[in-house]
Amino acid sequence: MLGAAAQAGGPWLIGRAIDRHILPGDVAGLSRIMLVLFGVYVVGAIASRGQVYQVGSIGQSLLASMRARIFDRLQHLPLGFFDRRPVGDLMSRVTNDVDTLNQLFSQGLTQLLGSLFSLIGIVVAMLFLDWNLALACFTIIPIMLLLTSFFARRARRAFRLTRETVGDVTAGVQEDIVGVREAQAFNRTEENIARFRQRNAANRDANVQAVAITSAFAPTIDMLSTLATALVIGYGGYLVFAGSLSVGILTAFLIYVQQFFRPIQLASQVYTQAQAAVAGAERIYHILDEEPEAEDPQDAPKLGAASGRISFEHVTFAYDPGRPVLHDVDFRVEPGMTVALVGPTGAGKTTIASLIPRFYDATEGRVLIDGRDVTKFARKDLRANIGIVLQEPFLFSGTIAENIGYGRSGDPSEATREEVEAAARVVNASDFITALPDGYDTVLGEGGGALSHGQRQLLSFARAVLTDPRILILDEATSNIDTRTEAIIQRALATLLAGRTSLVIAHRLSTIRNADLILVIEGGSMAERGSHAELIQKNGLYADLYRRQFREPVSSGGRS
Amino acid sequence: MVGWLVGLALARGLFTFLQGYLAERASQGVAYDLRDDLFERIERLSFSYYDRVQTGQLVTRLTSDVEQIRTFAGSGVVQLANAIVMLIGTTALLLYLDWQLALVALAIVPVIALLLVRFVSRIRPLFKEVQQTLGKLNTVLQEDLLGVRVIRAFAREDYETARYTSVNEELLDKNLTTVRVFSNNFPFVFLFANLGTLAIIWFGGWQVIGGRLSVGELIAFNTLLGFMLFPILTIGFLSASISRAGASSQRVFDVLDAPLDVKDAPDASILLPISCRVDFDQVSFRYPGSTRDILDSVSFTARPGQTVAILGTTGSGKSTLVNLIPRFYDVTRGAVRLDGNDVRDVTLSSLRSQIGIVLQETRLFSGTVRDNVAFGRPDATDEEVVAAAEAAQADTFIRSLSDGYDTVIGERGIGLSGGQRQRIAIARALLIDPRLLILDDSTSAVDAETEAAIQETLDRLMREEHRTVFVIAQRVSTVRDADLILVLDEGTIAASGTHEELLRESEIYNEILGSQLLSPSESAA
Repeated sequence: MLGAAAQAGGPWLIGRAIDRHILPGDVAGLSRIMLVLFGVYVVGAIASRGQVYQVGSIGQSLLASMRARIFDRLQHLPLGFFDRRPVGDLMSRVTNDVDTLNQLFSQGLTQLLGSLFSLIGIVVAMLFLDWNLALACFTIIPIMLLLTSFFARRARRAFRLTRETVGDVTAGVQEDIVGVREAQAFNRTEENIARFRQRNAANRDANVQAVAITSAFAPTIDMLSTLATALVIGYGGYLVFAGSLSVGILTAFLIYVQQFFRPIQLASQVYTQAQAAVAGAERIYHILDEEPEAEDPQDAPKLGAASGRISFEHVTFAYDPGRPVLHDVDFRVEPGMTVALVGPTGAGKTTIASLIPRFYDATEGRVLIDGRDVTKFARKDLRANIGIVLQEPFLFSGTIAENIGYGRSGDPSEATREEVEAAARVVNASDFITALPDGYDTVLGEGGGALSHGQRQLLSFARAVLTDPRILILDEATSNIDTRTEAIIQRALATLLAGRTSLVIAHRLSTIRNADLILVIEGGSMAERGSHAELIQKNGLYADLYRRQFREPVSSGGRS
Repeated sequence: MVGWLVGLALARGLFTFLQGYLAERASQGVAYDLRDDLFERIERLSFSYYDRVQTGQLVTRLTSDVEQIRTFAGSGVVQLANAIVMLIGTTALLLYLDWQLALVALAIVPVIALLLVRFVSRIRPLFKEVQQTLGKLNTVLQEDLLGVRVIRAFAREDYETARYTSVNEELLDKNLTTVRVFSNNFPFVFLFANLGTLAIIWFGGWQVIGGRLSVGELIAFNTLLGFMLFPILTIGFLSASISRAGASSQRVFDVLDAPLDVKDAPDASILLPISCRVDFDQVSFRYPGSTRDILDSVSFTARPGQTVAILGTTGSGKSTLVNLIPRFYDVTRGAVRLDGNDVRDVTLSSLRSQIGIVLQETRLFSGTVRDNVAFGRPDATDEEVVAAAEAAQADTFIRSLSDGYDTVIGERGIGLSGGQRQRIAIARALLIDPRLLILDDSTSAVDAETEAAIQETLDRLMREEHRTVFVIAQRVSTVRDADLILVLDEGTIAASGTHEELLRESEIYNEILGSQLLSPSESAA
């Protein structure tokens, strides 16, 4: 307000200086009023300094909280949401789309607010001077509103396309960067560049189209304002001839008409540009409006330290409705037992394991831990009891110690070095870690950096070990570790598994042989169950698999 | 009169439209070209670059940084040109009208210039930090999206949110700092512009009082001064977006100028179809920035049609060794030769088009199963795709998918098991009909029965055609029939030979076998 007053006060003071001091030749008065003007300018500058900061910080804080909201929502969306959406597209929503809001906040809104204030003053002045002529001028406003909404609709459609295409660009880039090694290995570089060029061009064309609409808008409004000016001159001229209007008032009116349209022009321009932000916001709200995972039940019983009994009661599960991948799976695992899931690729073993920590919820039937439905527990409580080593080891950028300490509640760097080292020793990862120049403080690049697949898997193993879970799920966890290391891990696991319930998915029957219970899965159903000896005796699917596996290496000659 | 006005307005409108539209269109062209160049570079940068760099940072450069440059390149350049022309024109006019008054008014120019220079020098590094932090934020976001399963498994949502929040707040902090620099500078640029007006009225007022100037001239002069101040302020505003574009273009050019560690030699020749003899001649390799040789003087020869199996502990250098053949990295010392040609002397495309490789980590792309199998040869016929899938034992399960070969698989191939993904990756490698096939632990997640079947077809496809196969494997069954087995230990070849030879002679080989075979022989007992 002070800034605006200072801005308006300047010209007024200058006018006064000319009329009262310069023309009469009052040097002292001129100096006085100039000092006042100086003061006004300085006050204005200080006031606008505060204003610029205020407006800017409000905008930036809004953006930061918007990003935080999206991220928070992403943390609570069901896993199925991520299965089908490219990472890059989600990233584009959080970055590019939020940025369109940034432009609106940082530029548009401030201008808009300032101009609306001056508009009110001008309208009052026009009505005061000659309401007849003023109303004649205002007839142009409905036309302008119609035009604005016409342009805005088109602009929004065009901007929607720009948001989508930039999402495509980002998703493509993200995927291509992650897969750049494959692209180079398969000489796909040229094709990928060509494909990117298409997406890039689609985004450019969408932008150009949007720009065509927004740049046509301003001149159109400008022409309308000229039309209004012509109207004033025509109608006002007629009134002057008729003697009901003075030339002076007509002149003043002409100035006002121009001042009147400037804020309107600006406002409608900002409105059109805001369509980009609206299109961006739509995409942001697609995430924010997405149904989050069902809340943890209010009266969730404390699981505490589970004893580790797992039961599947007639569980059917479908990722897509109507396409079940598990049919009526029913089994029970007593605390401390080691259960092996065996079966051909794609039989549904990983899916079964995913239902225990509630990565997905059973479509029909129930999954129980310690006799209670897993959906009754707080997820955090439930998962704190379960250690998982996944098929694909995923490491975070950070140090090796931080990665091993990841499952530790609180900050991973809070896991003590002793705990981290102990966990690494259990899985025999300490040898290679200590051989690294920075040992446990070695900073890993994205996805594990230069570590081999096996080394990464060892780290994700140690990570699971450190949390001391009651239930351990190993999803082909040892498939990428060389047999020597695996053998050592197996030995460590023997002590580790004691007293824990564990679910092991593996293809090496040697890993499975010692399990207390073997579940043979085929086509999403349980085909056989029993101990190794029982299943061999049964001479069914398992026995068949077993024979195939060991038919070959048995001939490894010399040793046997 | 009215007609004239409307005509004039139409002409002006058209002109405004064209100026705005053409400038923006040009800026979109600039953004397109920059992105295109960036992407091309990104596609060609070497493996060693990707061992260091974060995807989130690259994505940010390609999107946000390019956008910052574009914003300036569009209307910014036009406005800047306008402002400069206007500034020079009005300055000349002012000097012509009254050089004394003009000099008084111009006194503010160096002050404003100084303010702007100070402003630019402070804001530019800040903008760079803002973009850097944005890249960091995107990296956290990306990691969170890619690792969502692990995060859920360890119930670390709160921790991830805290991690994101801390970078988000860091970004907010940086943004607020730029806002502060803005607010500390811009009002004062305005202030000095206003002081120019004040000086003119004051000094001019004296002259009017002294009778050396008419009031009309003073008012005219003051109006003209407005025309001079306007471009100065425009330049002031633009200096912010110039700084921002400058900071961003530095980030963009960092990528564009990143050296290609592996590229065609200037006189690279085309590698003719090879019979596929592979020589490693005293090969040593160390990763850039590392102090330790990961491979140390490795020498061996693989003859056409041989299957070479590589065994060794985790981290012994197996993957590194095979990565040197298609030149994913260049050797530090020594040479890798195919049919006697040093791989560094031939073009990358002629080299890699003859090598099929299945990398350790199976990365599938969003698209149909067919697209993924045909990744290396998008023009392959359906029959060829099916044949490759059959050879990789993938045909049966692919046909059982909801839409068969047209089933769309997700970005990370979600919905397929590890073994299924590996088999698609094998089919992908076989489809390019490679002279040399590299399997880097590619069947680890495939069950034994399927693996045996894959092995059988590979024998038929490769060995009988006298093509060379390198295989890194953990299972004895995979390794047993190899013509040459290399046992790697800490970057050197600890033992080599056939299965029988190694059984007799190599302790370490027996140890590896023993660890695997102990259990079944026990169970047999």
